[in-house]
Amino acid sequence: MRVELVRRPQHSALFSALSPFIALFFTLIAGAILFALLGKNPVLALYSYFVEPLTEIWSWHELLVKAAPLILIAVGLSVCFLSNNWNIGAEGQLIMGGIAGSILPVVFPDFQGWYVLPVMLLLGMAGGMAYAAIPAFLKVRFNTNEILTSLMLVYVAQLFLDWIVRGPWRNPQGFNFPETVQFNASAILPEIWASSGRAHWGFVLAIVAALLVWFMLSRTLNGFEIKVLGRSARAGRFAGFSAGRLTFFAFLVSGALAGLAGIAEVSGAVGQLRTTISPGYGFTAIIVAFLGRLNPLGIVAAGLVLALSYLGGEAAQVSLGISEKSARIFQGIILFFVLASDTLIYYRIRFVSRHSDAAAKGA
Amino acid sequence: MTSISDKNGAGHSLLEAAGLTKIFGSLKACDGIDLTIGTGEIHALLGENGAGKSTLVKMLFGALQPTSGEIGWKGKAVAVANPAMARSLGIGMVFQHFSLFDALTAAENIALSLDEKTDLNTIAAKARDIGRTYGLPVDPDALVGDLSVGERQRIEIIRCLLQNPDLIILDEPTSVLTPQEADLLFVTLERLKSEGKSILYISHRLEEVRRLCDRATVLRHGKVVGQCDPRQETASSLARMMVGSDIHVIERRPNAAPATQSALIEVNGLSQKPRGPFSVPLHDIRLAVNPGEILGIAGVAGNGQGELFEAISGEVLQERPDIVRIRGKDTGRSGISARRRLGAAFVPEERLGHGAVPNMSLTDNLLLSRYATDGKVFLGGGALRLLQQSSLVLAAKRIVAQMDVRKSAENPDASALSGGNLQKFLIGRELDRNPAVLVVNQPTWGVDAGAAAHIRQALVDLARSGSAVIVISQDLDELFEISDRIAAMVHGRLSQSVPIEAMNMERAGLMMGGADAALAHASAGAA
Repeated sequence: MRVELVRRPQHSALFSALSPFIALFFTLIAGAILFALLGKNPVLALYSYFVEPLTEIWSWHELLVKAAPLILIAVGLSVCFLSNNWNIGAEGQLIMGGIAGSILPVVFPDFQGWYVLPVMLLLGMAGGMAYAAIPAFLKVRFNTNEILTSLMLVYVAQLFLDWIVRGPWRNPQGFNFPETVQFNASAILPEIWASSGRAHWGFVLAIVAALLVWFMLSRTLNGFEIKVLGRSARAGRFAGFSAGRLTFFAFLVSGALAGLAGIAEVSGAVGQLRTTISPGYGFTAIIVAFLGRLNPLGIVAAGLVLALSYLGGEAAQVSLGISEKSARIFQGIILFFVLASDTLIYYRIRFVSRHSDAAAKGA
Repeated sequence: MTSISDKNGAGHSLLEAAGLTKIFGSLKACDGIDLTIGTGEIHALLGENGAGKSTLVKMLFGALQPTSGEIGWKGKAVAVANPAMARSLGIGMVFQHFSLFDALTAAENIALSLDEKTDLNTIAAKARDIGRTYGLPVDPDALVGDLSVGERQRIEIIRCLLQNPDLIILDEPTSVLTPQEADLLFVTLERLKSEGKSILYISHRLEEVRRLCDRATVLRHGKVVGQCDPRQETASSLARMMVGSDIHVIERRPNAAPATQSALIEVNGLSQKPRGPFSVPLHDIRLAVNPGEILGIAGVAGNGQGELFEAISGEVLQERPDIVRIRGKDTGRSGISARRRLGAAFVPEERLGHGAVPNMSLTDNLLLSRYATDGKVFLGGGALRLLQQSSLVLAAKRIVAQMDVRKSAENPDASALSGGNLQKFLIGRELDRNPAVLVVNQPTWGVDAGAAAHIRQALVDLARSGSAVIVISQDLDELFEISDRIAAMVHGRLSQSVPIEAMNMERAGLMMGGADAALAHASAGAA
């Protein structure tokens, strides 16, 4: 017996719109089963995972702290994915953005003033862009698969961060901890409402980025070019669009936003450079991009949902004694169901068995 | 021989469809169709695009299930669940678009379609055998990628005959053949008929239906509108039955533009290496088209027409700027947008995925080829280049009205239009600009008779208004109808063009086979 996917003649607009919700619903079901198998009360577990973190003001702030990098990166990735450029290396671009943006406060700590922060953000974007330009160049020049190169460059970036924080940039007064100096006050991205919690201006930057990219994609010739080349390279060439130029554009935009997410995280949430600055935001943002249906406005909502999964993991560790790594499992399950429901919107499953072939012949 | 088939056919019919109906959503693609095919009969299925021919045939072949109605096979009612079952009943089909793998040999391609595992040598032997019997010579060990379209079709037919079918369905088989190749195919079909096999022959070439077929069933809007003996009919009476009204006759005024004017488009010695394993190299192509003129480029598919089109359009750049000149400007190193800005317009062969993005709306697809030349109208906001949806909607409406494009929604996706209607839109999209140069590849491929006449008239009118038009087509009738000069492409070379007054079908066939160029050389040598 074999299973075939048969393309549907028409796909339902209703189910296309519902698909993220269907995916979330099934994720909850699968999560409940998972908790039950672990011997926990599933209702209680889901409550502490997805509801409890929303019952206090400070945890809403944490939600925005986690959502900011996810949204920033995913918005950039939507430009990549819509144009058929599979940038899987946002995590590395985030790290390089964090490092480049930290040059001022770490190497020139005496350099202070209002202009420090904007320069840091720009350097962070430049760092992410430069790092994303590598897989773009390899793809355009040598036709290298960008999935592999961008992914492998993540590990290079992680090791580079590890080396620079343990080595040249280590805080001389830091008791040998692998950390840089604490950033001075003018290098810290400020909180939005300092009195009630930690949420910093990174979230506002994320919303602005989402609006700008949404506008570009839906209203400008540039967005049109992205969609045309993503759907049909040949028609794009007929239109006179250059696929190579767009590959650079998409990688540079997403690299810049990932770099911005990196420096915003370092400067807003952490306040110094450490050996690890991201719990995998660059990878989780891929899920955010798809859950948001590659639409920047949808991505804002999806970013909040995935940020909740991080908080839920921490909450579940405290209240249920489950590893916070369970958040990764939830994220994986969400991606699985998002892709599965998208597939089933366009295709239906048909089981074909030798047996039924034979029966058909006999009839 | 005919007496045998008559005797067999007298008993009962081979296939009998009664009241076949297929409903897609709100559309009745087939509406209560009755069809009877006798043993040893070549039965023509006629109809415009969208008349329901493909749907009907897919139901007979088991690729679609009828909403209602019955199929009788050799006197018994059957439900054809899938193509495998159709094959085991004895129904074979040769599709219009071949399903062959370029990188495999002919024998390997045949092996893939067989249900049982069979040794490749046995298949090759059988294929040679069938090829000899029916006049279908094919080398089983040849790579499909290296074969001509005619040879590929032979593989499909052999593949079908290996199943030993009683009924063979052929979908537009001659649309890809030279007249000479088509003649060979007719011999094969006559032989199959003489052995008592039945053939369902789908075509919109009325002359060959009159020549070949014993009976014809005509479909229009999903219904049977007539049954006839095509030998008793004329091509125009058949066409009238298909379309439901008289076909518009192309009006050709003589070319009024003075011949001394300089060419609007020139190609000077275009040579190009193949860009992929199955791409055709181009050799020293030269052409020039004057204002008011239509140059027809004939040739069997796969002789470099696609490559020539992409070179002229600027999707592929040339080595030197002077190889392609548009309105006196060297453009060989300029891209397609620059060539459009000089007044050139292009309509490629493939509609979905080249001329249009399938899952984008008509207005988006309008912008696709027009943003570079009509930025003032369709784009606003200066450097932001904002899309002006309202002007796009207006222009799309104008084109739809001008070209009589029929569509089901206000602004449907390109893929939702039928082939003929999409083609009318894509040609209208370029005509709407009044281009000085228009290059069209296969303008009416798969387009119904009414729409094809509309498109041809539009091309003639454009030329007569002073533009230069290049029409690349496999359809010789079409080229004879509209061209002022005809040249032919063979193996990436373009023959000298011949004025239409000096052309005839036989000479065109020879040119398409590469023979005429040799003759010309020989006579030049003698002189």
